[in-house]
Amino acid sequence: MTVFVDSNSLSANVLLPWSICAIIQKFLMFFMAAKIKIFNKSKLMVLSLSIREQKKSKNRKIITIMTHNYPLGEIASQVRRDIVRMVNLAASGHPGGSLSSTEIMTALFFSEMNHNPANWRRDGKGKDMFFLSAGHLSPVFYSILARSGYFPVSELASFRKLGSRLQGHPSVERGLPGVHMASGSLGQGLSVACGAALTKRIEGENNFIYVLMGDGESQEGQVWEAAMFAAHHKLSNIIAFTDWNGQQIDGPNEKVMSLGDLEAKWRAFGWDVVVADGHDIEAIKAVIRGAKEASADGKPKMLLMKTEMGKEVDFMQGTHHWHGKAPNAEQTEKALSQLKETIGDF
Amino acid sequence: MNKIFENSGNKDTRSGFGAGLHELGKTNKDVVALCADLTGSLKMDAFAAEFPERFIQCGIAEANMIGTAAGLAVSGKIPFAGSFAEFVTGRVYDQVRQSVAYSETNVKICASHAGITLGEDGATHQTMEDIGLMRMLPNLTVINPCDYNQTKAATIAIADHHGPVYLRFGRPSVPNFTPANQKFEIGKALLMVEGADVSIFATGHLVWEAIQAANILKGEGISAEVVNIHTIKPLDKKAVIESAAKTGAVVTAEEHLIAGGLGELIAGLLTREKPTPQEFVAVDDLFGQSGEPADLMREYKLNAESIVSAAKRAIARK
Repeated sequence: MTVFVDSNSLSANVLLPWSICAIIQKFLMFFMAAKIKIFNKSKLMVLSLSIREQKKSKNRKIITIMTHNYPLGEIASQVRRDIVRMVNLAASGHPGGSLSSTEIMTALFFSEMNHNPANWRRDGKGKDMFFLSAGHLSPVFYSILARSGYFPVSELASFRKLGSRLQGHPSVERGLPGVHMASGSLGQGLSVACGAALTKRIEGENNFIYVLMGDGESQEGQVWEAAMFAAHHKLSNIIAFTDWNGQQIDGPNEKVMSLGDLEAKWRAFGWDVVVADGHDIEAIKAVIRGAKEASADGKPKMLLMKTEMGKEVDFMQGTHHWHGKAPNAEQTEKALSQLKETIGDF
Repeated sequence: MNKIFENSGNKDTRSGFGAGLHELGKTNKDVVALCADLTGSLKMDAFAAEFPERFIQCGIAEANMIGTAAGLAVSGKIPFAGSFAEFVTGRVYDQVRQSVAYSETNVKICASHAGITLGEDGATHQTMEDIGLMRMLPNLTVINPCDYNQTKAATIAIADHHGPVYLRFGRPSVPNFTPANQKFEIGKALLMVEGADVSIFATGHLVWEAIQAANILKGEGISAEVVNIHTIKPLDKKAVIESAAKTGAVVTAEEHLIAGGLGELIAGLLTREKPTPQEFVAVDDLFGQSGEPADLMREYKLNAESIVSAAKRAIARK
C-alpha cells in the first residue's frame, strides 16, 4: 500500500477552504510519517520529496475529482503544465510525445472512455481498458490518471524517483491504479490489446479496448503482427490511436525510417482507418464515437491523429529535439508561461 | 527402500502436455490456448477441437502471440501459449520479459521440442539456452518435467498457480515411468533413488538416464542418489543442499548448455551454502545438429553412460 494520502481523503479536502485543508493535510502527513516507519526508506524519501515539492509550489491546492468540472481544453492545459513540471523535477523523461498526445488522452479519459477510477480493477472487468503502448508517454499518462482521480496528484512529484510508483516507463509491480501493463519497450501494446479484446468477446462484454501508440513505434514488426491478428479475428472492439506527430528520437520519421502511406497500410491490413486533427478535442471525440458506433462492422479501428510534437510550448513544438529531454529551470519557466494554469499545479 | 521405476511404454512429453491441456479445457473455463501454427506439433488439437471458442490461432507471429496471451491474462484468462521452445524464448525474449515477467501476467509459456532431442530439424530449432534465458527473468517459474505423466500433471498444476510459468517439454518418445495421475508440486524436488555416495540432480529427459546410471553404479558398488529437479525455478534449495551434504559429491544432468543451466544454478547454490565437488552432464558451448534423438544424446554425451563416468569423477574429487 502506498504511503500517500488515499484519493478519498483528498477528495474530501477539495471541498474545504484551503486553510482548513492545509491543517488536515499536515495532520495526515504527520500521521503518515509515523506510520511509514514500518516501510522502507525509499518510500519515506518519496513521501518527503512529494511534500517538499508541494511546499515549493506557489499554488498548493489539492485537486482530484473537481477536475471533471473543467472544460476539456482547460484540463489539457493543466495536463501540459504537469508534464513539463514532472519532467523538469525528474530532470529526465519524454515531454515531446506527451505534449502531442495531450488532447487525445484528455478526450478519451474525460469524455469517451467508460472507466471508474474510484473502483479500478486491473482485470478491467465490466469496463473499457486503456493500454499505453508507447510507454515513454508516461508523463501524460500519469497526469491524466491523477487528474482523473486514480491517485493523488501530489504523487506526480515522485515521477522517476527512487521507490516511486511512477516509474520512468509504466510498471505494475508497485500497483499504480490505472496501469494494467508495463510498457516501454515499443510495439507490444497492440498485441496486449488484442488479448484483452478477446477476453471481452469471450465474456460477452460490450466494452472497448483503447491503445495509444507512437508513430515511430509502427516501425516495430510486432505492430504489424498484431494488426494482422486483430483483423483476422475481427476484433472490432479495439480502438487504437497513433500519435502521428511525425517525429522520433533521432529525427523526423521521414529521415529515420519512412512510414510511407500509413493510412493505406492500416487499411490494407483490414482496419477501419480515420485521420483526424489530434489537437482538436471535439474532432477527437467525434472520431472515437464514430469508431464505437462502427463496432458491428467486424473491423478494428485505427485513429491516425495528426499532431505536433511538443505542442503548445513554442521551443518544443514541431521538433524531435524534445522527444526525450528535460527542460532546465529557465526553460521550464518559459514553457509554463505559455501554459495556462487552470485546475492548479500539483 | 528404493522404488523401482518401470517404463510403462515410451511416450512423448508433448503429448502429456496436450492431454493435460485437454483436461484443463474441461475443468477450468478460464483456460484458453494459443498457438503459432504448430497446433499438431504441440498436441493441442484435442483442446482446439473441443473448445474452439477458447483456442486462438495466432499464425506464424510469436511476438504477437506472447503479447496477446499477456492481454488475455491481464483481463482474467489463463492463457497457455505454445510453440517450439526456441520460438517462445529466444525469438520473443523481450516480449516475455516486459509483457509477461515484468508485468506479472498469468501466462503459461508452453515450450515443446526443447533441447537437442528435437532431432533432425537441426540447430536452428534445437534450443539448449532456454532454461538459462527463462530463469534469469524475475517472477518467472521454470518447470522441466521428466516424462509424459509428469508433464501432464505439471500442465494441470500450473493452471492453479497464479503467475507466469515457463513449461518445457520435448518431442521424442521416451520412457514414461512416473505414476499416472500424480500430484505435481511446483518447487518440490523429488527423490527418485536414495543413495549415499553421490547425488545426481537431473531434469527433463535426463531423469530416466540418471536412474539408469544409478542402476549401473549400484552394480559397481556405488550408491547413487537421484533427485528429479522438475522445477528449475524456484529451486528446491533445501533438497539440493541436504543431498549434497549427505553424499559429498554432485552430478548435474540436463539437456541444455552448461551456460545458464541447472548445473550452474546448483553450482552457484552450493558454492554459497555447501561447496561440493560437481561434474556437469550438459552441452559445453556448442550448437546442435541434425540426427536421430538417441544418436544425438550419445554424440553430445547426454546419457546414462556419461552420468556414470561423471559420478565416478565427482566421487574421486571428494
